[in-house]
This record gives sequence, C-alpha cells and structure tokens, in this order.
Amino acid sequence: MARTGTPLVELRDISISFGGIKAVDHVTVDLYPGEVVGLLGHNGAGKSTLIKCLSGAYKADAGEILINGKPVDINNPRDARAHNIETIYQTLALADNLDAASNLFLGRELVNSMGFVDDSSMEAETRKIMGRLNPNFRKFNVPVSALSGGQRQSVAIARAVYFNAKILIMDEPTAALGPHETQMVAELIQELKAQGLGIFLIEHDIHNVMKLCDRASVMKNGQLVGTVNVNEVTDEDILGMIILGKTPAQAA
Amino acid sequence: MSQPSLQSPATQTAHLGPFSRFLKATEIDTRLLGMIGALLLIWIGFHLYGVLVNGFGAFLTPRNLWNLTVQTSSIGIMATGMVLVIVTRNIDLSVGSLLGFCAMIMGILQVWILPKYLGLGDPMIWGLTCLAGVALGTLIGAFHGWLIAYLTIPAFIVTLGGLLVWRGAAFLVARGETISPVDATFALLGGGPYGSIGATGSWLVCGLGCLVIIWMLVGGRRSRMQHAFPLRPMWAEYFLGLLGCGIVIAATLVVNAYPWPKGIVRQYAERNGITVPEEGLFISHGFAIPVLILLAVGICMSVLMSRTRFGRYVYAIGGNPDAAELSGINTRWMKVKIFALMGFLTGLSSVVASARLNSATNSLGTLDELYVIAAAVIGGTSLAGGVGTIYGAIIGALVMQSLQTGMVLIGFDAAIQNIVVGGVLVLAVYLDILYRRGTK
Ligand SMILES: Nc1ncnc2c1ncn2[C@@H]1O[C@H](COP(=O)(O)OP(=O)(O)O)[C@@H](O)[C@H]1O
Ligand SMILES: [Mg+2]
Repeated sequence: MARTGTPLVELRDISISFGGIKAVDHVTVDLYPGEVVGLLGHNGAGKSTLIKCLSGAYKADAGEILINGKPVDINNPRDARAHNIETIYQTLALADNLDAASNLFLGRELVNSMGFVDDSSMEAETRKIMGRLNPNFRKFNVPVSALSGGQRQSVAIARAVYFNAKILIMDEPTAALGPHETQMVAELIQELKAQGLGIFLIEHDIHNVMKLCDRASVMKNGQLVGTVNVNEVTDEDILGMIILGKTPAQAA
Repeated sequence: MSQPSLQSPATQTAHLGPFSRFLKATEIDTRLLGMIGALLLIWIGFHLYGVLVNGFGAFLTPRNLWNLTVQTSSIGIMATGMVLVIVTRNIDLSVGSLLGFCAMIMGILQVWILPKYLGLGDPMIWGLTCLAGVALGTLIGAFHGWLIAYLTIPAFIVTLGGLLVWRGAAFLVARGETISPVDATFALLGGGPYGSIGATGSWLVCGLGCLVIIWMLVGGRRSRMQHAFPLRPMWAEYFLGLLGCGIVIAATLVVNAYPWPKGIVRQYAERNGITVPEEGLFISHGFAIPVLILLAVGICMSVLMSRTRFGRYVYAIGGNPDAAELSGINTRWMKVKIFALMGFLTGLSSVVASARLNSATNSLGTLDELYVIAAAVIGGTSLAGGVGTIYGAIIGALVMQSLQTGMVLIGFDAAIQNIVVGGVLVLAVYLDILYRRGTK
C-alpha cells in the first residue's frame, strides 16, 4: 500500500502522565487510509493509553491530533465518534446488564417516529451483523454478562464495525477468541482494510502482526522505539525492538 | 449475508415442566410473580389473623384496601425515582427532608401569600402552589446532582447534608409553625371522599386501562411479526390480556365497593339539596386522586426506563459507568438529570402528602427516605447498580405499607412495626440474592 498524500490520522508528540508516571512520552504515529498499523510493546508500554487519547477516553497533556491533515480537538468519546473513529477497547467496555443489541447501539439508539427506542429494529440489525461476524451467536435476549469471552468480544467488534467507521482502533481484539474466531477477525480486518479504513491494531501475536499489519510502531516505557515497514523486517527484528527497545538498524 | 435460523419456541421448551413452559410462553417475570405472591401472602395472613384472633378479618375489605392504596401513594411516587438513583449506584437520603421543605413552602404560598393577591379560594391557587412545589423540588434535586456530578462529592454525603439542611430550612421558613388548612382544591389531591373520582369515573379509568393493555399486546405482537421474531403462542396472549384486564376490573370493583361515610353523604346531600332515603345513600369512593397520580407516575416512569434513550443510559451507567462514558453518554449531565427527576417526584409526593394531611407540618416526611429506599430495594433494585424496575419499587412500597397497615389493624404498636419492617427489608434482599444466584 503506497503511503502518499496526507495521513488519515496523525498523533504528534503526544504525552500524558498519571501522577508521576509518564504513560505516554512524546509519541508520534500516523495512519493512512487502507492501512493497518500495529502498535506493539510489553504490557504497560502505553499502547492503550495512547489510543485512548485518539478515542476520546483521555485528553493528552501535550501534543496534537490531526485528522486528514487538520488539527482536531477530541475532548470526549462523542467527539471521536463524530470524526468516524470507532474503538474496540481492551476491556470491551460493555454494559454487562444490557443485551447485545442495547450494547451495540449504546449512545446511538435507533428511535421510531415518536422518539422511543426501537428495540425490535435494533435487535434485527444486531442479528444481521452478528450473522456475518459470528454466525453461531444466538444469545440476543440475555444480558451480555451471560455470554462467553469470545461472544462478548464479538459484540464489541460488531459495535465498532457497524457504524461505518473510517478510523478503527482495535485494542487486542482477539484476546478472548479461539483459533477459528481469531481467523474470522483476521479476515474481517483484511476486508475493512480493502474498503479503505485505517486501522490501529494492538496485537501481541507476532504472526498476526506479520500477516495483518503494513507497519508496526513499537513502544517501550511510554516512548516510541520506532516504526518499521513490516515487509522490510523479520519477526525477530520486531521482537528485538519490543524486548531491547532498539530499532533493527541500531541493533545491527 | 445469511439470516440466522430462529429456533421455534416449541423446540426450545420441549424439555421443561408444565409450569416453566407456561412461564416461558407467557414471558411472565418470575421475580414479579414472587413479589406478587409475597404481597398476597401478607394480605391473606393479616386477614386470617384478624378472623381467627379478633373474630373479624379487617384486612381484605374495600375500606382497608382503598386506604392502603392511598397511603402507599406518597412513598410509591418517590420510590420510582429512587430506582434510577440506586440503579446508577447513587443514593438519595434527602427525600424525606426535601418533601418536608417543599410542603412548607407550598403551605406558606397557598395559605399566607397567594390568598392576599388572588383572594381566598381562588381557583388559581392550587395550580400555582403545585407548580411551585414541583419546580422547587426539581431545582433542589438538580443542585444535588450538580454537586455530585461536577464537584464529585459522593451522593451519600451530598444527600446526607441535604437531609439536615432541608429539614432545618423547613423549620426556619415558618418558625416551626404548622400551616393549615390548605386550599380546598389542593386538599383533593390527597384523596378522601371528595378527592376520589367516584364510580363512573373509575369505570372510565378501568375501560381506558383495559384498552391500553390490549393495545400493548397487539402492538407488541405486530412488531415481533414485522421482524420475524418468535411469537408468544396465541393462548398466552389471550391469557395475559384476560389477566391484565381482570386485575384492573377487580381493582375497580373494590374501590367502588367502598362507600362514603354517612356524615359526608349527609353533608353532600344537604349542599346539593338531595334528600337521603331511609336506608342511606350509597356513593362510591372510586379511585382516589393520589392513587391515580401514582399510577400515572408509574406508567410514565416505566415508559421512560424501557422505551427512551434516557432510560437506556440509566441502566448502562449502572451496569458499567466507564462503558457508558466511552459510548459517548454524558454521564455527568445524566446524573444531574436523574437527581432533578428525583427532586421533581419528591415535590409531587410532597403535594400528595401535605394535601392528605390538609396541612404542612415541620416534621412531614420524616424517615421517608428510609421507606423510599427500602421500597426500591424490596422491589428488586440492586444497590450494586444496573438492576431495578419501576413496577418492582411500587410493589415494594405496597408491601411495606401492607405490613404497617396490617400490624396497626391487629394492634401491634409502633416499636414492633419497626422491627418487622426492618426484618422484612433484610429478608427481602437475602431472598433476592438467592434468586439471582439461582437464575445465573
Ligand atoms: N487511568 C490510569 N491511571 C493511572 N495509571 C494509568 C492509567 N492508565 C494507564 N496507566 C499506566 O500507564 C502505563 C501504560 O499503561 P497501558 O497504556 O495500559 O499499557 P499497555 O496497553 O501498553 O499494556 C502503565 O504503567 C499503567 O499503569
Ligand atoms: Mg493495553
């Protein structure tokens, strides 16, 4: 994928700290349409915190966010959604006491002409998208607390892809999935990429990274180690970056 | 894109016993069934106790049941709001004091101030008074909500402060004086023979209620058909329709079977130039106005919680506050709205309570916060958040009032009443925990 023109997203020099901890320390990453950028690093490296600045969950202490080259202000999740940014959070961010359809449409409920929530339409839409993402899914009328980890994850994925995102953030989307479901998510990512979405993918499995990502940005202790084109490096190189915190050129 | 195949209810329920199959087909909530069972048990228990010990069962009489519903109104109205507060993992300890304060302000307004400008008994007085009462309640509730949401002071502390502040304020504004009598029209909102809608009006309400029940069943079925969702069997639809209408008709028969007392009939007859026949005149009470207010509040709040975005967000915030925030819900503003609504309902309840008492006293509403919270909790609202229903809270209020009324009828004193109500509260929550464990 050729990276020309303005990036879809640029996170410039983002910093954020909690108490004394610099969770993200002057990190710059970008993302082009039709591209998958992997965010890698050990637990606690600051990956989730970085993408939460883009999804509106956190407000960066310093730095700039540009969308299509224009600086934007993202103060809360509503702002992010207004910029067609959808997020699958590591914690899934589901309301356990609500059913799949209510979670999928949370904050964007379908309403009928009288302004009342249209549960039947929402359930029908949920059945449609789940039929595509996870055809074995049957539990439409129970709270999501009654679902398995994989089923919950598919609800969170469905919510992110249903609303025609342009920018998709996936924070460990396959963490709770079995091999078969992981394969389905991989296919979904390739399909969405082909449709021209830009995807930030946080993923621990190096094979998935090599298979799905165009570029990989590696973080360590809140700082960016470096960004590489995945087809120019080996998986060993990337692992080296994660563990040693050095780019392949430096390591060689 | 393939439509997932829908299992027909018949294949799903083949392995269940007849009772479970019946519940599944009618989709009756077993928790609701349990609460109504407990309520009936209490009613029948007190009645039988009266029959066996005192030789007269006073509980299941039109007179007692009518009084029971009127006495439940004030707590019931506030309990519907407390559901939202508790579902979102908050608490409101100030409702009793706020009720007292609103009643005091309304009392001053309609007895000391408005008659000066409008003249005593002016038809505008009661409306302006009610408006001022609910507006004041709403404002104070919103203020509590603002302190909780934007200054992040815990709800427990804000409303504990409110409990002291508004009780004190209620005393200050009238120097502890009792203000009475209230405006004559205003007093009707508290019930009593004149504050009831009579036999004809009650039958109209009954007819309307039955129509709404049928309309809901038909509408629900039509919507399911539209989306090709599984339908309830036809017999189950008829059963639900008959049950719903049956309950409404039975309630109407009961309230219409309670006649006005002789003295009121005589007074009414004299005023209207009617001659009372030898055997007396049977004038039905019918539904009391405060009960109709409670019903209207219950219906509106149920619609709000189950059919609107606002209600959906209330449950979402209770289930997972972070998820709600990440879904773009403005959880702080929601909190302000929830407490404002609680304040509105407290104001409304204050109208009912002071109208029923025909005066505003400094102590009106004392301990109400505890009864309101208990009603919501007995009705299945979980203090852990995310779970609770409006109908549950109203039934919870009815359960508590039934216990109290029942014990008064059989002559238990206040100390024993408190012990029993407290014990029942703890027992109800324990049963709820067992029930939830069983259905997990
Ligand atoms: N809300 C928060 N409050 C305090 N510290 C936080 C918070 N969120 C993240 N951190 C800290 O920031 C660092 C980065 O965390 P995170 O972004 O979750 O890492 P990753 O997703 O790469 O595993 C960790 O040290 C974590 O403890
Ligand atoms: Mg993380």
